[in-house]
Amino acid sequence: MRKLKFRPCGNFKERYEQDIAIFETDFGRVWVWVGLVLLLSSVPFIAGSYTLYIINSIGIAAIAAIGLNILIGYTGQISLGHAAFFGVGAYAAAILATKMGFPFWLSVLAAGGIAALVGMIFGIPSVRLKHLYLCIATLAGQFIIEYVLMNWEGLTNGPAGIILPRATLFGLDISGDQSFFWVVFVCLALMCWMAVNLIRSRYGRAFIAIRDNDLAAEGMGIPIFRYKLLSFGISSFYAGFAGGLWAYYTTSITPEPFTIFLSIQYIAMIIIGGLASIPGSVFGAIFIIILNETLSRITEYIMNTGILSGIALTVAPLREFVFGLAIVLFLIFEPRGLAEVWRVVRSSFRLWPFSY
Amino acid sequence: MEFFVQLLVNGLSIGFLYALSALGFVMIFKSSSVLNFAHGELLAIGAFFFLILAASAKVPIVLCFALTLLGCFALGFIIERLFLRPLIGEALIQVIMLTVGLAAMFKGLMLFIFGGNFFKYPSFLPAALSVTWGMINVPSAYVASFIIGLFFLGLFGFFFKYSSQGIYMRAVADHQTAALSLGVHVRRVFALSWAIAAVVCAVSGIVLGIMHGVNVHELSSIGLKVFPVVILGGLDSIGGAIVGGIIIGLLETFTGGYISGSLGEVIPYIILVFILLIKPYGLFGSVEIERV
Amino acid sequence: MKKDILLQINNISVVYSDVIQILKGVSLAIGEKQIVSLLGSNGAGKTTTLRAISGLLKPENGAVTEGTIEYEGRSIQNAPPETITRLGIIQVLEGRPPFEHLTVEENLRVGTAARSGRFSKQDLDLVYHYFPPLLARKRSLAGYCSGGELQMLAIGRALMAKPRLLLLDEPSLGLAPLLVKEIFEIVGRINKEQGTTIVVVEQNASMALQLAHYGYVMENGKIVMEGAASELRENPDVKEFYLGIASSGTLKTYKDVKAYKRRKRWL
Repeated sequence: MRKLKFRPCGNFKERYEQDIAIFETDFGRVWVWVGLVLLLSSVPFIAGSYTLYIINSIGIAAIAAIGLNILIGYTGQISLGHAAFFGVGAYAAAILATKMGFPFWLSVLAAGGIAALVGMIFGIPSVRLKHLYLCIATLAGQFIIEYVLMNWEGLTNGPAGIILPRATLFGLDISGDQSFFWVVFVCLALMCWMAVNLIRSRYGRAFIAIRDNDLAAEGMGIPIFRYKLLSFGISSFYAGFAGGLWAYYTTSITPEPFTIFLSIQYIAMIIIGGLASIPGSVFGAIFIIILNETLSRITEYIMNTGILSGIALTVAPLREFVFGLAIVLFLIFEPRGLAEVWRVVRSSFRLWPFSY
Repeated sequence: MEFFVQLLVNGLSIGFLYALSALGFVMIFKSSSVLNFAHGELLAIGAFFFLILAASAKVPIVLCFALTLLGCFALGFIIERLFLRPLIGEALIQVIMLTVGLAAMFKGLMLFIFGGNFFKYPSFLPAALSVTWGMINVPSAYVASFIIGLFFLGLFGFFFKYSSQGIYMRAVADHQTAALSLGVHVRRVFALSWAIAAVVCAVSGIVLGIMHGVNVHELSSIGLKVFPVVILGGLDSIGGAIVGGIIIGLLETFTGGYISGSLGEVIPYIILVFILLIKPYGLFGSVEIERV
Repeated sequence: MKKDILLQINNISVVYSDVIQILKGVSLAIGEKQIVSLLGSNGAGKTTTLRAISGLLKPENGAVTEGTIEYEGRSIQNAPPETITRLGIIQVLEGRPPFEHLTVEENLRVGTAARSGRFSKQDLDLVYHYFPPLLARKRSLAGYCSGGELQMLAIGRALMAKPRLLLLDEPSLGLAPLLVKEIFEIVGRINKEQGTTIVVVEQNASMALQLAHYGYVMENGKIVMEGAASELRENPDVKEFYLGIASSGTLKTYKDVKAYKRRKRWL
């Protein structure tokens, strides 16, 4: 048995492998496993069905947010069309399941693949476009996909939407909140693991090089167009995969939710969570989903109490206001996001009582 | 044929309006390289400010106009001071996201106050402004938008090319530290550009309100329409904004008129993608000069 | 030796991001109408010193934490650059960043910002008089100018502000030797004809010491040596390590360098 590693009080890394290791200490590795086991074994039995619904939404959103973070946080290509790719995934899963009779696991994976393809098509403008221009091109992608989902009635059934069959895996019915929880969180854990390892591979390093200076990266021999496309593809794969899960979870989909507003929510997740941080994407998803749910609960509550029923309709927009305010405040006071807050809190515990 | 000409006139005037509202957008982008997602909301704020003054407070129209512009000038200043200034030096996407947050805030607030209903200004434009050729009728609001658009266009072209403040704004957009080192008051430039942009927004918001009535959703969706317009013309070119606006306006009305209304909504974006593939900096945008 | 002091730096410390101390007690005096050169290896703190004077530390998240900078008896440390430039102190940045999308002439107009935008034909003519190549290119975009033209543009822009104190940060960076010579000659002429006080930060020590009246040598955020330029040129240490002329005529080994570093600690 090898010796347990503890955090040294300085930088004593001698080898590159040590520098790119995911867990600096064995303690961290153990904690992650313990946390994961606790999460998977206790939460579905403790939480009620509404809480489980929120937790599952968080898990699905977190998968999509990780994908977006790979694209924006690591590769530096701003995309405003993430919700559209999410929608493509949802529709792909729905269509494959209803028309071709694909099983759950295959249609969700294929949804990811199809979204990746679509994402790469809309990533093509990144050959020549940068920064804001690319940002707008992806915005155009968002509107075009929205239009297609709404108007290609033969395939997407238009505004009426599609109803999915119940999800089954290995012959077991997994469409309930509780059983879907395990599916979502095992997928999330796998996706996190893949993302973390992707980032420390040569692909991840190429992405980061492109973000920091694409001309210099090209000069170093990185074929930037290929890597940008790859990044678009991976990011959309995550979105499409999450979209597929979501389609199975809600069991009926319409084109309505996949709007620019959802894209903006994803960006808000990764900014509030922390750019270029995988745990940050998860934190961001937790924050945004809970914020959304709390706000709609509050407005619902105000509407239901008889006192304010007269102005009931006009209270709902305040939800949007608070959402905007949260983003603004976060950007002003903690631009590096929740991941940074988490790091500060953790290190202040670790270093207590001497703060350096 | 008449249908065609009527569409042409409609397309041109809508295009001119897009161009006018794109001006404010270009203004902010030119000075501080910020992509303003709260643009449509600024339009709406201007339009509603005017509405309150004109319809509820019954202030004379000319005074309304002056007060709205003044109010929006101050508002732009305040927005920059409160929200944008703390973010100077942060990454592009964070500033973009901030404007997105602002957009949500403003929209929520306005919906809270005014609701999603349509409002109309009291009519005040002289009927003599409208033009009629045979069967084709150009309403006075369209003519007014044309005149106001041309006026502001000329004004801004002149401002950026010849006035010191205009040149400073472009200088700051190019290289902030160098501008600082030469004594350009960078913070003042930012504040000024937001203030002026808010004024332009107010003007276009009012004109839009005269043409189509005032509604929070309608006006804030114009804010997204502005993107294809400015990108088509090139993000930092004023003449480009005009041409872009007219192209988008024409495309939209013609597809809407001959094919289908919902396709008319997306056609600008489809064209946009193709134009960007051929000319990455838009039709008239300045090429980014890059050196490693 | 030195006449009226225009700018006096008293024992300043500069800290970036609240933790990284770059300057550790630097004192300088810059005489009116003189050319003072600041020498030193990379990372010695030359640029930081200039930024401390011109108020440009803030964009880099730095601040003067101790000591004072007095300009004509008025302390200006940590003042915003708008104020400092209006007093007549203009810095020409390292790497001479142009305003790429402005024409050469518009670039020059930006230089008048420190005088609240008042500019006249004479000011432009004066710049074109010193830098004739700029006249030929006045309508073209600055982004397409060559390195030498950009350096001229950067100095010209600063001249438009009619500075009393001009801070040049590595004007020779990446330029051909002949061009460097030309630019230094022009800088010398500006000093003589306009009476502008000039501080030059340079790697090219021999060039800088020929031009300057007085020189300072910096190492590790401290001033390690100072003196009239003619004295510094003759100083054996400067000769060896900055001018590359070994006193005995042979190449120096690493051991000697270490010996020098040890010796320098006493300075």
